[in-house]
Amino acid sequence: MNPKLQVSASPHTRGMMTTGKIMSLVIAALMPACVMGVLSFGLHALLVLVVSTASSVAAEYFYEKLLHKESTIRDGSAAVTGLLIGMNMPPQIDLWIPCLGSVFAIIVIKQLYGGLGKNFMNPALGARCFLLISFSAKMTTFTGGRGVWKLVTEVPATTDALSGATPLAYLKAGQTFDLKALLFGNCMGCIGEVSAIALLIGGIFLLTMRVIRIRIPGSYLGCFAVLTLITAIVRGYQDPVLYTLQQLCAGGLMLGAWFMATDYVTSPITARGQIVFGCALGFLTWVFRLIGSGAEGVSYSIIFMNLLVPVIEQYTRPVAAGMVRLNRENRRLMRQKKKEARRLKAAGKKEKDA
Amino acid sequence: MRKFTFRGGVHPYDGKELTAEKPVRVLEAGAELTFLLSQHIGAPAKCIVKKGDRVLEGQMIAEAGGFVSAPVFSSVSGTVKGIEKRRTVTGAVTDAVIVQNDFEHEKVPFDALPGMEAYSALRQASRSERAEYNLVTRPAAEALELIRPDERLAKLDKKEILERIRSAGIVGMGGAGFPTHVKLSPADPEKIDFILVNGSECEPYVTCDYRLMCDRPGELIAGLKAVLKLFGSAKGVFCIEDNKPQAIRILTEALGREENIYVAPCRTKYPEGAERSLIKAITSRDVNSRMLPADAGCIVINVSTAFAIFEAVFLGQPLYRRLLTISGDAVVNPENFYVPTGVAFGEIVEKAGGFLQTPEKLIAGGPMMGFAQSDFSQVVTKTSSALTAFRYDLVSRYKETACINCGRCVDACPARLVPSHLADMVQKKQMEKFEENYGLECVNCGSCSWSCPAGRPLAALVNQGRQTILAARRKAR
Repeated sequence: MNPKLQVSASPHTRGMMTTGKIMSLVIAALMPACVMGVLSFGLHALLVLVVSTASSVAAEYFYEKLLHKESTIRDGSAAVTGLLIGMNMPPQIDLWIPCLGSVFAIIVIKQLYGGLGKNFMNPALGARCFLLISFSAKMTTFTGGRGVWKLVTEVPATTDALSGATPLAYLKAGQTFDLKALLFGNCMGCIGEVSAIALLIGGIFLLTMRVIRIRIPGSYLGCFAVLTLITAIVRGYQDPVLYTLQQLCAGGLMLGAWFMATDYVTSPITARGQIVFGCALGFLTWVFRLIGSGAEGVSYSIIFMNLLVPVIEQYTRPVAAGMVRLNRENRRLMRQKKKEARRLKAAGKKEKDA
Repeated sequence: MRKFTFRGGVHPYDGKELTAEKPVRVLEAGAELTFLLSQHIGAPAKCIVKKGDRVLEGQMIAEAGGFVSAPVFSSVSGTVKGIEKRRTVTGAVTDAVIVQNDFEHEKVPFDALPGMEAYSALRQASRSERAEYNLVTRPAAEALELIRPDERLAKLDKKEILERIRSAGIVGMGGAGFPTHVKLSPADPEKIDFILVNGSECEPYVTCDYRLMCDRPGELIAGLKAVLKLFGSAKGVFCIEDNKPQAIRILTEALGREENIYVAPCRTKYPEGAERSLIKAITSRDVNSRMLPADAGCIVINVSTAFAIFEAVFLGQPLYRRLLTISGDAVVNPENFYVPTGVAFGEIVEKAGGFLQTPEKLIAGGPMMGFAQSDFSQVVTKTSSALTAFRYDLVSRYKETACINCGRCVDACPARLVPSHLADMVQKKQMEKFEENYGLECVNCGSCSWSCPAGRPLAALVNQGRQTILAARRKAR
């Protein structure tokens, strides 16, 4: 025996990707949007992002310390959650609100269900919805901002930075909004969602780094765009294509589609499941935004679909190579056989007991 | 050019540059050789020598123990020292014949086909007496000129070819070790339309098949022609990954205007060389765990096997030598050796210059599907394609963390499974659910474990579930 030789099952080599690296890449991909948010809204926005991230990591650290569990803050998932919460905050929010949101996300939504990989709902979105319901006034008031844009651009006629109406509110009323402003973050909204182009860059970065697949964002945005275009045509809006583009770029859709809906833990693992998931998200967001009474619906769509993930996974399970999908009759027979086996087992147990 | 490929798979670092372009060296056997009697799938061979017997190089020392079995031959001349129990690389216990080498190199005469004298002479000439020599690259045209396969095969009938393959003890040399004569006797030979010569060699670090394709193209073509003779309507295909352009070029040129044989370049991806993946890539036919490749009209033989078939059919030489790659970052001189079977791993390591540093992992085979060894006493068998040694063991340093449901294993699985869910089912002992979710279709290629960012041993878990079910089935029978 050679004591140094390790024996283990194959394979004896591993790929380079680790959970920590994936999370770092996600944080890197979120950076352009964060930078645009800070540029648009000033230093307070930066403070919000830092506080939410730090409190999220701290919450995870102390919870695990308290329970004598191994610390998982190094895998970066808590930092991603915290950063996403910060990006979902209005720019002038009181700092204790993102802090509370982070603690809620980490402890109630993530850790109480078993920590990383076990949560049934996207923690950042869960926290956002919790805050929206609990502090709706604070969470929907958008004041201040325009940061550097005040210096470099003309104020578009339709926007008034101080009144605080978000682009989605304009769109809801059937009005249009300057697309360029939406793309570059010259508008009101949450810190992380102001610049559609920064989010798109982040999303494409994740795609090229193979962190995410196009299936979820593609089917989500595609489905939503088609439905919106049809609605715009039916309702007789002036420029349906422009209206659709504005809907796509406004509000939390880009952030949600590229960074929240693609959260591994709370999206289906199967390829077909991901497409079903994306399409359902597109449909729900369309219902919330264009049919329902509110202007925004991305967060609610995503957390609603999060709950359906196990069902979607079950029904979209791939059929192994060379195997035939069982038809209904075969499935029935199989169930019957299983029932019979269980009955026999139970009977045998009873006999044994007697 | 069209490239053949399949769904799934991964791209591990292949380390082939360490050995690919080095000429093959012959490794002479040491003082003591150990011949395992179970070097194949099926019944172990039955020993026909006893302690004290003198055996010659190429002499049969154990006969086939049934139809699905293969005889074993001595690779040196010497005396039988004893018959002992030994472990195979996978840990199973089997009988082994220990032979004391007398270094006389006395050979049994082989039953070569008439007219092969010139070729045999060339083979002899290319090796200087007893010294270590290089296996030089020999152009296909030159070899084919001497072998003239079509002419000689015309004089053989199917039975004779099969008998020559059977009595030479040829088994699948890619690793599985399925007796080749059984593989070549499907229920309906007319239904076979593809003979795939598996030269993809997707296993990282292994280059012995590549060397064979570059150095002995003519012989490989002759071997394949012998197999094609058994099947009326089959086409022969050399399947080679596109990271071996040299091999593709040499074989394409060697085949020239051959009607029935062609080269299929495959996209480089692990596990291209797994039987089911290869069939899928070349013919788009699916094979599941209950089917044999023959049910999909295909027979897959490894490049080394094709070479052994050539030697058996044309030269009457049994299988007791093979090419073996020794590689890995712990080895001083990674290279390819032409080794006799029965040589201990420790001897090969010595011939390769020893270790730079005590390795943490010694693997019989490559790093993706090989078997980790706990010492150097294992010996070369007909199926040993490689020996790899690594300074650091990545796997034991990896800490397993929680599954984040990222789906990389699903994307990597060539059998279209959901490995992370299957592994969960095994851990929770839900065997019925495991079976329902096609757990038995796993080919244990290890792509899922390789790609898992949480470092979960997915392949090991799924394989454990599979073995549990199969064992229960065997017990029930």
